[in-house]
Amino acid sequence: MAAELTGDGRGGLRRRAGLRLWLAGGWLALMALVAVFAPWLAPKDPLAQDLFLGRLPPFWQEGAEPGYWLGTDSLGRDVLSRLMHGARIALLVALVAGTLTGLIGSALGLLAGYYRGWTDTVISRAIDIWMAFPPVLFSILLVAVIGPGLTAIIVAIVVIDWTRFARVVRAEAMAQGAMDYVTSARAAGRTRAGTLLAEILPNVLPTIVVLLTLEMGIAVIVEAILKFVNLSVSTDAPTWGGMIAEGRTSIHQAWWVLVFPLVALFLMVLSFSQLGEGLKDRFDPVLR
Amino acid sequence: MKLLRAILLRLATTAVTLAGVAVIVFVVIRVVPGNPIAMMLPPGATDEDIARLTAHYGLDRPIPQQFLIWVGGVLRGDFGTSITNRQPVLDLVLGRLPATLELSLLALVIAVLLGGAAALTGTRLGGTRTEAAIDVANGVALSVPDFLWGLVLVLVFGVLFPIFNISGRVTPSLDLPFVTEFYLFESLLRLRFDLLADLLSHMILPALALAIPLAAIVAQLLKQSLKETMHLDYVTLARTRGYGETRVITREALPNAILPTLTLVGVQFTFLIGGTVIIERLFSYEGLGNMAIDAVINRDLPLIQGIVILFAALFTAVNLTVDLTYAALNPRLRHGG
Amino acid sequence: MSYLVIRDLSARLKGDGTRLLRGVSLTVAAGEVRGLVGESGAGKSMIGRAVLGILPRAVELTGGEIRLGGTDLLALPQAERRRRVGAACALIPQDPMTALNPVRRIGPQITDPLVDILGWDRARAERRAREVLAETRLPDPDRVMRAYPHELSGGQRQRCLIAAAFVAEPKLIVADEPTTALDVTVQKQILRLIAEMQARHGTALLFVTHDLGVVSKVCQSLTVLYAGRVIEDTTVRAFFRAPAHPYSAALLAATPRYTDPEGSLTPVPEAVLAAVRAEVAAADAGVAGAEAARHG
Repeated sequence: MAAELTGDGRGGLRRRAGLRLWLAGGWLALMALVAVFAPWLAPKDPLAQDLFLGRLPPFWQEGAEPGYWLGTDSLGRDVLSRLMHGARIALLVALVAGTLTGLIGSALGLLAGYYRGWTDTVISRAIDIWMAFPPVLFSILLVAVIGPGLTAIIVAIVVIDWTRFARVVRAEAMAQGAMDYVTSARAAGRTRAGTLLAEILPNVLPTIVVLLTLEMGIAVIVEAILKFVNLSVSTDAPTWGGMIAEGRTSIHQAWWVLVFPLVALFLMVLSFSQLGEGLKDRFDPVLR
Repeated sequence: MKLLRAILLRLATTAVTLAGVAVIVFVVIRVVPGNPIAMMLPPGATDEDIARLTAHYGLDRPIPQQFLIWVGGVLRGDFGTSITNRQPVLDLVLGRLPATLELSLLALVIAVLLGGAAALTGTRLGGTRTEAAIDVANGVALSVPDFLWGLVLVLVFGVLFPIFNISGRVTPSLDLPFVTEFYLFESLLRLRFDLLADLLSHMILPALALAIPLAAIVAQLLKQSLKETMHLDYVTLARTRGYGETRVITREALPNAILPTLTLVGVQFTFLIGGTVIIERLFSYEGLGNMAIDAVINRDLPLIQGIVILFAALFTAVNLTVDLTYAALNPRLRHGG
Repeated sequence: MSYLVIRDLSARLKGDGTRLLRGVSLTVAAGEVRGLVGESGAGKSMIGRAVLGILPRAVELTGGEIRLGGTDLLALPQAERRRRVGAACALIPQDPMTALNPVRRIGPQITDPLVDILGWDRARAERRAREVLAETRLPDPDRVMRAYPHELSGGQRQRCLIAAAFVAEPKLIVADEPTTALDVTVQKQILRLIAEMQARHGTALLFVTHDLGVVSKVCQSLTVLYAGRVIEDTTVRAFFRAPAHPYSAALLAATPRYTDPEGSLTPVPEAVLAAVRAEVAAADAGVAGAEAARHG
């Protein structure tokens, strides 16, 4: 009775969640399309330099050159084309790094939370130690160790952020492990591993999926930060982080070199995050 | 007695954690490709020179032995010597620490004030369009990390409205009468408001970038807490006594809603501190984080070691403080309702 | 002249329009103790809340007036209404475990309204608080003033709440099932205390309860509610001698008696329920017709 009388419009909340899911998912789908078809969609060659066409403004400004819609950077490279190709790398990192982190982190979390005992002690202690590291610094360090290139970035993300999954999944696994349906499964003769995979995992899956979307957004950011700090010194292959780093230096003369990749990054991270939130709302009635 | 045991256990765990951090960093950075010694010397240096300096820094010994030497030094208060600066690591680190601390604390204050204001306003204006707008803004602030906010701020206040500084900690030409590295704090104590203004002008943007995500978390959590508290009987009772909506929120609900928020803020504060690494770089702020990045680029092993350990120690200190504060405030709240 | 006059008060849920109060009228004279009886969901709490201005957000009033000491409360601006109600009325809440702020001491919870709303000075407020706490037979009022709620038992907390209700000498107190959440052993004491203090201070009391036994001990008059509609309104003596309405009679018969536990647990007969529901429906139709006529 009391719940009915609060009248805070739960219906409105549901509607907002649905809209959020569509917008976020839609934008990401668009980004995926751009990424996949970039070589055909991009108007210019992202690597083509032309010093005579350096620092051209976007099409609505004076002095713009037709064909270079969003202007050019200091080396005369088309911003729009570089943006599109940058989307490929961003999404690639998001998917690969995000999924790997999720797999490894969840696996460790499940093991720790379900089997408890020594496994839990070791993994929990590892999590504590890991969380004492400043994440950005650690990733910069790792990339310095492993070397330039995308592999380094992906490995760095996985190595640093597995704890995000492990902690949450561990807690959920522990909570689920204490529930009746698990005891009855065990009593019915299931093995421990079998119970873990068949009974507990499906219940923990929604949480993992939500974290995955979050992780993908983080992966994109980390990639941008690492490129920004200029540790992966391959200035050719266009990444949003690299464009931002360049843009930062010529911010007064060519603000568009910084703005467009920034907006692209902003929207992508926002979309991943809102996708996660939307999914969380969707899963909520099922979980509770 | 039980409290003492809990504290000791906690300290022991902390020591283990820090030891673990030390080992991991030690090993990781010695796998780094690139010879720091070679980078230090001018081109044309002979192999002998390189060998001599390598031996001087003890980098030719086996790793476990290097670790023991380092630990021995740490217990004596010697964190080694920086390869790039030739100064004791401890001095360098402690020299930059105040700048980062001031930035972090300023960000924390901004986050709490901003988030608190958003939560209170959202609760007071519950059900209106303003509240919905605050929720949306909050959602965005929550989803976007400090790095992006920093870039946005650099764009807005560096190019569009250049009213704040986007580079450095203080205007270089100024004459600073300070004794410590706590510039902000000292300028307040010495009532040098001109210096304070200059410092704040440099610090406000990086602090804001760091603060925005935390403010969003504070706002969300506090608003949720307040919402739950507002339904409780003692709040309704206060209304019958004649208190208006605003006072009911601040007098009755807020003191109860704050505690759960507090503990989360503590944990998130460590993330904020971690964020100073990239934000300081972005704003060329002369703090620990900026120095750390340079150290990695220059392969300055002892310095990297020292900075990472310090950050780890800082994190654990914050966590400890949060737990202690919660324990201190908790007994009062062990109530039946 | 009656101090509280409720005339034709109607209320409904905002969401689906479910009627909660159907043209309720009742009065409480100065110094009178009126019982407001009914089963759960009859709307009795709603009336008390409407008077005090603390209706849940999902409920809205659709008609009628509430006059307090002659002034139409519903016609006043929010702030003014709040002030008047705060000064002249008080609530004795149902659950002492949740009605006190856990992070503040008892003393300020009683004295703050006196200082903040009524403008008393702190010293006078504290003296008065101590006096009233002593009236509630709490040993060592000073200790109680300095205590936090979790240091007191349920019965002690309820005494504090009663003290808080009487401290500003209100003209009307709404007691919302004040003994329901207490141990049986404590209930009688608290009931007696409320009756005593009411008599001593001469406060009008609107006593909301589902327990006819309580009504018989404390009230002078009573109003019976069913589904938000007044079924009967009479003096306690007349009611217990011979209730006028079949529903009231059934309620009386349903009151368990210790002397005959088995035999006295008689639920309200279905026929009676059907009859009273029909009454309510008929009244609703009448109201709907009137509304249509007004808009049509």
